[in-house]
Amino acid sequence: MNTAADTQPTTQAALVIRKLFKAYVAGQPVLKGIDLTFGGTGLTAIIGASGTGKSTLLRCINRLVEPTSGEILLEGEDIVRLGGEQLRAARRRIGMVFQEYNLVERLTVMENLLTGRLGTIGPLDAWLRRFPPADIEHAFALLDTVGLANFANQRADSLSGGQRQRVGIARALMQEPRLLLADEPTSSLDPKTSVEIMELLREQGRANNIPVIVNMHDVELARRFADRVIGMRNGEVAFDGAATALDDGMLRSIYGGEGWLQ
Amino acid sequence: MSGAAPLRAQPAYLPPFRQSNAQRAAFVLLAAYALYAAAQFDLTWARFIIGLSNGARFLGRMFPPSFANWEPLLKGMLESLEIAVLASVVGIALSLPLGLLSARNLMPAWVTWPARSLVALCRALHPVIVAILFVKAVGFGALAGILALVVASVGFIGKLFAEAIEEISLKQVEAVRASGASFANVITYGVLPQVFSRFVGFGTYQFDSNLRNSTMVGIVGAGGIGATLFSAFQRFDYDFVCAILLTIIAVIVIGETLTNVLKKVFRA
Amino acid sequence: MPEARPEARQWRRFGAGEQLVRFAVYLLLVATVVAAGRSVEIIPEFLYDAPEQMQDLLVRMWPVDFAHYPKGVHAGLMETLQIATLGTLLALVLAVPFGLLAARNLTPLPPVNFFARLVLVASRSVNSLVWALLFVAVFGPGALAGMLAIAFRSIGFLGKLIGEAIEETAKGPVEALTAAGAGTGALIWYAYWPQIRPAFWSIVLLRWDINVRESAVLGLVGAGGIGMALDTALNLFQWERVAMVLVAIFVVVIIAELAVTQVRKRIL
Repeated sequence: MNTAADTQPTTQAALVIRKLFKAYVAGQPVLKGIDLTFGGTGLTAIIGASGTGKSTLLRCINRLVEPTSGEILLEGEDIVRLGGEQLRAARRRIGMVFQEYNLVERLTVMENLLTGRLGTIGPLDAWLRRFPPADIEHAFALLDTVGLANFANQRADSLSGGQRQRVGIARALMQEPRLLLADEPTSSLDPKTSVEIMELLREQGRANNIPVIVNMHDVELARRFADRVIGMRNGEVAFDGAATALDDGMLRSIYGGEGWLQ
Repeated sequence: MSGAAPLRAQPAYLPPFRQSNAQRAAFVLLAAYALYAAAQFDLTWARFIIGLSNGARFLGRMFPPSFANWEPLLKGMLESLEIAVLASVVGIALSLPLGLLSARNLMPAWVTWPARSLVALCRALHPVIVAILFVKAVGFGALAGILALVVASVGFIGKLFAEAIEEISLKQVEAVRASGASFANVITYGVLPQVFSRFVGFGTYQFDSNLRNSTMVGIVGAGGIGATLFSAFQRFDYDFVCAILLTIIAVIVIGETLTNVLKKVFRA
Repeated sequence: MPEARPEARQWRRFGAGEQLVRFAVYLLLVATVVAAGRSVEIIPEFLYDAPEQMQDLLVRMWPVDFAHYPKGVHAGLMETLQIATLGTLLALVLAVPFGLLAARNLTPLPPVNFFARLVLVASRSVNSLVWALLFVAVFGPGALAGMLAIAFRSIGFLGKLIGEAIEETAKGPVEALTAAGAGTGALIWYAYWPQIRPAFWSIVLLRWDINVRESAVLGLVGAGGIGMALDTALNLFQWERVAMVLVAIFVVVIIAELAVTQVRKRIL
């Protein structure tokens, strides 16, 4: 199961997952003892058929889904044990990008970006939109980075899919995260926009020197952008190695069958 | 999939627009009931004729409306307005947290159950009956009217608020949670923007409704123009009745116009 | 990260003009509430006293005089149900023509639409208690006045919603039947009716549910039903009997709501 191709020099791993189990219904585990280690940089693609637990795995990392058992160490701190304020502090260090963008539709682009800073300010300031000037400057800088400089006061529901996903990425980066998760960020986008979004994710991971973990369906995109690929089948890791090591035999064992490969 | 599945459950042709026997029976029963109930009401032709002549006389005495007695009219109308405004403000302020607590997608069952029961209880009795109880509790006057309409407001918009919150997209909430926001901030950024314009709609609707009811609670002594209206009826002072009714309708129409402006400002 | 811009950029949630409008609206709202709060006549002692008085009221209501039900409440309760049901049926008969005339797609004659809408608005603007006062004056006290009050108040509600349902129908079937040479009657029955049928029945059921609540209070102004029993008990300060009446109304309202939910599930 594990051909750990993690050859980067790791002083301390950014994220370590140990014996992670998750069962939504008792006795029917979706994740069956995941063991993974992620170094300080690089883009990792998690591939696998629908329903193999990719999304659950990602959501366990920031505890949007409660793990049944196991350990998740973010820079040495076990997230599974945290609660309340400490959990929220840990979530702040993990940025997340969603398949359907999950922007708050009726808020402006700027407000959506600032939601990335909500963990740092109190309820009254949040209500009155009183964010520190540094945050606002940071938000404008990020809008420049993702190419949406003039969209600050547009409502999120007036944007196209690609633009929304750029806002989604900028929102995650607003948190100044130590880890970036992306749950099928390109599945709702056309091929050209998908490539642009993947480029942006890789670029931002490098620029901020943080690891990026991306769930995806598109094997070609994974080969093209990922440094490392993890293949999941039935709640277990079926492949873990460099993107170049991913051949048809491996794909067959991850997805099963072969007719689709031609 | 093995080709077209045969629809064996239904005959090949149904007569078009056929009514089932159960439906027909229901209509016959309804008609029979209507006849029976009408008979109970002593609905005779003679009574109808007498009523018509009464009605003609009644209408004759209503016009022209008399505004000669304008002082109690103005005073009562102002009090009705005050009741409606205060009841709406307090009612909405109470409904917001109650609606949030009643939303089953955000709160656990042990919170929603009592909150929903309280809201349902507020809705069960007609505002005028609630007003009677408050008149007995806090005496005649505007306070009883305000309290009665607060209860009515909570019963109505508390429910609507909860339903609106239950219809929101949880994906947007999830994203805000993922950023490490506190519960209060999740509500402010993930939930409120999705429901705000609907809340404005419900709130203005409730104000309109409170305005109508605030002109009625006076009939049982809970303040406002209703008392003046009721006593005018009892004194057969029909031209004054007509003046009061025209004023009420005018105020309601103005109130609806204003709330429409409010909705536009908040893009509801 | 790109280098920071030389000048710090400002961000505001709303533009300057919009902010001004919102501020003005907020200011106006607060001013209205303050004005209403200051001029409304509330005697503070009554307010402080309210919890104690409420408690006293509840104590007096206990135990509920269930023995009173057979001879003093049952007849009134049945009469209330009949007022609500017959009133709704009568309103339906009167509202359908106005609804048809108010629908702009079915009746493309603006003056006719306007007239129909005017009738419907007038019916809605007058509270059912006021309608009851009017009909008591015309036909004398009793259930007949109550039924007419319910009917006349309901015409506006039913007619408006039926008209809107007709306006929301798809054009396709209408065009198809027109192309086939169908007359107006055939159009209504075969093109419009099947489309509005679910909305129609849910509107009628909703109004019946409301009417059950409303008809319970009409007796306070002499228009029959259980409200008469309530009025008598109140005037005689027989609080155990008042409690009995309230319980009866409460139970009927709940049953009506459950019945409507069930019927709606069956026929929709």
